[in-house]
Amino acid sequence: MQLDLLVDQFKKKDPSAFEQLYNMYSENICGVINTIVKNDALAQEICQDVFIKIWNNCESYNSSKGRFFTWILNIARNAAIDEIRSKSYKNAKKNLSADYFVSILQNKEEEEEFTVDTKGLKKLVQNLKEKCVQIIELIYFRGYTQKDAAVELNIPIGTVKTRNRSCISQLRENMVSK
Amino acid sequence: MDVQKYIASGILELYIAGILSDKENLEIAKYAKEYPEIQKEIEAIEASILEVSKKASPGYNHSFASMMDRINHEAKVITINRKSSPALAYVGWAASILLAIGLFYMYQQNQDLKSDIQVVEKQNIDLEQQIADTDSSLEKTQYLLNILRDKNISVIPLDGQIVSPTSYAKAYWNKQEEKVFIDAKGLPEPPDGFVYQVWSLKLSPLTPTSMGLLEDFTTDENKVFALNNPNESEAFGITLEPAGGSDSPTLEQLYTLGVISAS
Repeated sequence: MQLDLLVDQFKKKDPSAFEQLYNMYSENICGVINTIVKNDALAQEICQDVFIKIWNNCESYNSSKGRFFTWILNIARNAAIDEIRSKSYKNAKKNLSADYFVSILQNKEEEEEFTVDTKGLKKLVQNLKEKCVQIIELIYFRGYTQKDAAVELNIPIGTVKTRNRSCISQLRENMVSK
Repeated sequence: MDVQKYIASGILELYIAGILSDKENLEIAKYAKEYPEIQKEIEAIEASILEVSKKASPGYNHSFASMMDRINHEAKVITINRKSSPALAYVGWAASILLAIGLFYMYQQNQDLKSDIQVVEKQNIDLEQQIADTDSSLEKTQYLLNILRDKNISVIPLDGQIVSPTSYAKAYWNKQEEKVFIDAKGLPEPPDGFVYQVWSLKLSPLTPTSMGLLEDFTTDENKVFALNNPNESEAFGITLEPAGGSDSPTLEQLYTLGVISAS
């Protein structure tokens, strides 16, 4: 398979394979980071750091333990969360727990110019219930475990998996209908 | 195994999130290879998360090349302390030697330019001095010219006498201002220890009055000397006297003499 070949080459420190993976995922990784830091310039900066980290640690990726995207998603998430826990970020008075990734929409609408595809994002999440937005945020962009998410959302732990599945299904329908 | 039920459990969604245990991850990776439906489902879930994250992206304007530059730069910083290949070391040495030669060459060039500048500056100063000299010489000349053009000036030619028949001089006398300008260009240079002395003469009886010395005769460029003359002169004479001048003229050494025509 194309992706597996690329990832194998990448693990052998092949820059051209890395470039292809970079072109495939850099925007997504920036988006993941942006859902957490909610600052375009900062997200881009961290994004580059993340890809450098990915390159420097390419041997540590193990395809039997997960998807390549999942691996880089984790690295990006951790880098972004480290950033918002850092002193400099807190000094900038960012409120991190209160608003979810869709808050990018509200923030963006206040600005004249924006780079985030707000229209697309809106369309994608328009009919998602708030509890879906919450669970997607926690599971994918915060890396919460099922247990932590259950506590945070005040639901039984057995519900997390199925609720998340139905939310993702809704998302997939929105993508198709687009 | 019931594939549909497995998919419906929602575990694959968590697999993409990367929040499962290693054991679960390994299990799912194995199933994905076995059951194409599971693989397909995994890809579809991943695609949805890719879509959301892409829509949340601020765009990414860092080029891959610029990032690789950063990586290579950082990698170099690290590898310096590790073993470096001999080829790299040679290149490094060659580069530093070239740099040293280059720097030395630049230094030389700089020194040459500095000394060139000094020479030019010196020439400038000389030229400026010449201009200043010329200016002051012109000023003097104009001053003299103005004096000689003054309507109150009477010109008295002094002719060569027995001692030096070829000598001559001219006196320009401004009676009002009681000044006499002696143009002594026609006099030979006085020998060492001697000086020309100018006399105002009354003719009957012959009464000489010293008007002064033509000091610094040899160094004076235009050989025009200004002297005061409050006397009612009837003639002017120039004699050669011992340095410092004499009280009365040494008539044997009378070089030039001119009588003022009654006007």
